Amino acid sequence: MAHAYTPGLMVTERTVLRKERRLPLKGKVALDKIGTEVKALDVVARTELPGNVLPFNLAGKLGTATSDVKNALKVEIGGTITKGQMIAETKGFMGLFKASARSPIDGTLESLSDVTGQAILREPPQPVEKDAYIDGKIVEIFPEEGVVVETVCSFVQGIFGIGGETRGEIFPIVGDPSEELTVNHITPECKGKIVIGGSFCTSEVMKKAAETGVKAIVVGGVDDEDLKKFIGYDIGVAITGHEDVGLTLVVTEGFGKIAMAKKTFRLLCSKKGSMASVNGATQIRAGVMRPEVIIPIKLSDDDKKIEFKESGMMEIGTLVRIIREPNFGMIGEVSELPPEPRQIETEAKVRVVKVKLQDGKQVLLPRANVELIEE
Amino acid sequence: MKPKEQIKTILATDCGSTTTKAILIQKDDKVGRYRLIVRGEAPTTVESPFEDVTIGVLNSVKEVEELVDRKILENDKIIKDRSESEGVDIYISTSSAGGGLQMMVAGVVKNMTAESAARAALGAGSIVMDVIATNDKRLPHQRIERIRNLRPDMILLSGGIDGGTTKHVAELAELIAAADPKPRFGSTFKLPVIFAGNKDARGMVEERLKEKTELFIVDNLRPILERENLKPARDKIHDLFMEHVMAQAPGYRKLMSWTDVSIMPTPGAVGLLIETVAKQENIQVIGVDIGGATTDVFSVFVDKTEKKPVFNRTVSANLGMSYSISNVMAEAGIPNIMRWVPFKMDEKDLRNRIRNKMIRPTTIPQTLEELKVEQAIAREALRLAFIQHKFMAVGLKGVQQERTISDAFDQAATGVSLVDMMNLNMLIGSGGVLSHAPRRAQSALMMIDAFLPEGVTLLAVDSIFMMPHLGVLSTVHPEAATEVFDNDCLIRLGHCIAPVEKKKKKPGDSCLHIKFESGREESVEFGTLKLFEFPEGKKEKAVLYPDRNFDLGAGFGKEIETVLEGGVVGLIVDTRGRRPFEIAKTDEERINKLSAWNKALNIYPDER
Repeated sequence: MAHAYTPGLMVTERTVLRKERRLPLKGKVALDKIGTEVKALDVVARTELPGNVLPFNLAGKLGTATSDVKNALKVEIGGTITKGQMIAETKGFMGLFKASARSPIDGTLESLSDVTGQAILREPPQPVEKDAYIDGKIVEIFPEEGVVVETVCSFVQGIFGIGGETRGEIFPIVGDPSEELTVNHITPECKGKIVIGGSFCTSEVMKKAAETGVKAIVVGGVDDEDLKKFIGYDIGVAITGHEDVGLTLVVTEGFGKIAMAKKTFRLLCSKKGSMASVNGATQIRAGVMRPEVIIPIKLSDDDKKIEFKESGMMEIGTLVRIIREPNFGMIGEVSELPPEPRQIETEAKVRVVKVKLQDGKQVLLPRANVELIEE
Repeated sequence: MKPKEQIKTILATDCGSTTTKAILIQKDDKVGRYRLIVRGEAPTTVESPFEDVTIGVLNSVKEVEELVDRKILENDKIIKDRSESEGVDIYISTSSAGGGLQMMVAGVVKNMTAESAARAALGAGSIVMDVIATNDKRLPHQRIERIRNLRPDMILLSGGIDGGTTKHVAELAELIAAADPKPRFGSTFKLPVIFAGNKDARGMVEERLKEKTELFIVDNLRPILERENLKPARDKIHDLFMEHVMAQAPGYRKLMSWTDVSIMPTPGAVGLLIETVAKQENIQVIGVDIGGATTDVFSVFVDKTEKKPVFNRTVSANLGMSYSISNVMAEAGIPNIMRWVPFKMDEKDLRNRIRNKMIRPTTIPQTLEELKVEQAIAREALRLAFIQHKFMAVGLKGVQQERTISDAFDQAATGVSLVDMMNLNMLIGSGGVLSHAPRRAQSALMMIDAFLPEGVTLLAVDSIFMMPHLGVLSTVHPEAATEVFDNDCLIRLGHCIAPVEKKKKKPGDSCLHIKFESGREESVEFGTLKLFEFPEGKKEKAVLYPDRNFDLGAGFGKEIETVLEGGVVGLIVDTRGRRPFEIAKTDEERINKLSAWNKALNIYPDER
């Protein structure tokens, strides 16, 4: 067989990238013209999330039967209420011994149940804005929902990350992809920047970076123990992006001390000083999402004609990264794709690939244990 | 779809959370039966950058094509006009890609209708994200917040026996309406809600939920206290899964148009097969399917109160070997995983290896050391999933049992787990780590360590992980499914004999004596694991004599006469104890013990 399918991570000097910026609920799209140029921080759509609801036991408060609560209402269903406002009052006996209930929140009286005597109060809506995230232009509009922003950019896909969307200047800080990022590297100069490290960083480095105001760290590997120390808990399933730790982290290779792929490091270093959009959100389940570094580039119209290539096919000469022990993290070229399954050390018979490592050594390993470095 | 008699070539796929597997089944006219021909696999492509499940399906079918040298695809379409050299007669599929079906259930009383609702949802192959009940000790606003945050694919609302409470059912409906839940896929769709509760509350529920949700009403799943009627709710869940959930997932519409029958959720298909095995052979069975994201446990045990076999299924979301592997670490804890690793290992190293598997879920162990670590984690995933299953597989709670005088000394409380390991006849393992273990003895030992079978239990494993395919095939062509299951799928590993001790015993104490019909006799002392040669297909009568402090099902010290069956592993005698089963705490002692057990069963090539 001449080729095989395998997924991979994209690291490319130039690509056309589209990002969907959709509201969680229907709302208003702020930009209504296709082709409009946008900056990363421009708001492209707005909406209001329905406020939180509060069940309020009116029958209990008034001490009446559930069927009588409706007659005691002082506010219409759907009407506005303010905190402390009387929303229901019983008639009492001869105008005396009245029982009343006051609203505990500002909002609306959404509904009242004549079966349970429970009112549902809703807090005021919460405004939600969606920004463009990347510099680019609007290429598609979803009425009432959002837009698609397109950009020509350099693009680095990481394997795992934490923290949400952020933006800053690319700031390489180590001289070599195998160099470890240390506490001493984090200086006040790093504030507001996307710091490009090398092979590894500890929880102390992450902590200092967050304190210094670093926007993001891009690094080859981290230890799981350090990550736990930094965020304060063990990650169960890999759904990240909502950590409130004051820093976005993008790991390009994996867990452990692993040098960043030279290609990734060179690309990021060549972009020193450029503005980048970074997102650490990772979801390795039900709609995979990998962390990313997007560096928009200004091009002439001719340069923008970039063809999409079919990705995911492994052929002789394809650049791959080994993603399992014993050669974890090494980069090489596919030198042979034997079609028949072969027995490996575990005695399992699997489909294999021969990879020529950068030092010239050849290794035979399961095809499942390599990933493409896509361009 | 072609008439059954004309079906000779069957293509089946299962889109798992990590891998899409394809198998080709053909009728061998010479012997007149269906056989598995070949299997192919490829990474599942429900996710970015492809976001189209059919690409993974095509890739796995391409591998089948290449391995069997038969043309099945033309212009990325399955050829349905079969000839001698190309095409297939039918194409069927199961799926759990995209996280499967995720549900919330609600009922009035946590241990009664809410539990029945959870059973109905689990039985339909869904993951139950949360159970809301009026007595779940949460405040109303906390329940509402939970519904809003979890964003389930659908909600099953039950509550009240027919003629019972309506107020509490209305209250639950009000909570759901107030939460105004939105589905995961498709922001413009209304969330499907199934009401399967008190028929007198239907109007109230309709009034509260009709506008805000896509409401469906089916028969009450617990019409009277003593009876569950789960089928209507299960069937509706399955229909809605196809129409609303799967259809929204990337590429499913296309896949649905390719298949000749509805796509089934993977756990639903496996459960169907396990249930069939139990029924056909009239035995009590436990089946387990350990996947990348979830571990599903199925059991058929006789309910002693109802005096009939009861099928139970649990889907342990977040206990799996790839996407969920880190959660196994978080739930089991490092020491529990480490206790199965037969060499010295740094905790930091173990943590990083587990994380690396999580972020690159499709990789496979290449070195023996990696294999041992993965099989250590699998034991914990299986153990935890089984604990959850035992907790869920219980008789009906809250039922007033009628008893005769003969039951007076056998009174069990209602809601006791139906799982009775001493009466278990067969334990079947499936899923990557069990089906693809390089040596079958490894699967046997993983299952023994995790499930701790008692008495005499036959161990079996799905040869190459095709139970989901055969489950869905059994709905359209039961004969083909049975033939392939018997001949190519179910590998018998052999019987496991495990006596249960009365109190803690010392290694070396006298424990078990076996007398075979052939005259051969064997004795096994306490605290060991032994393997006796007993080839596949061989059956022999034997009398098992436990020591007076040990029980094999007939009582302490009482012998049992049984027919022992061999398998690809042999006859395993496990006298390591069950009360409880313990592994030494010190590194050296632990490694010595594990190595000895591994040697006894010839588990790894480096431990001869």
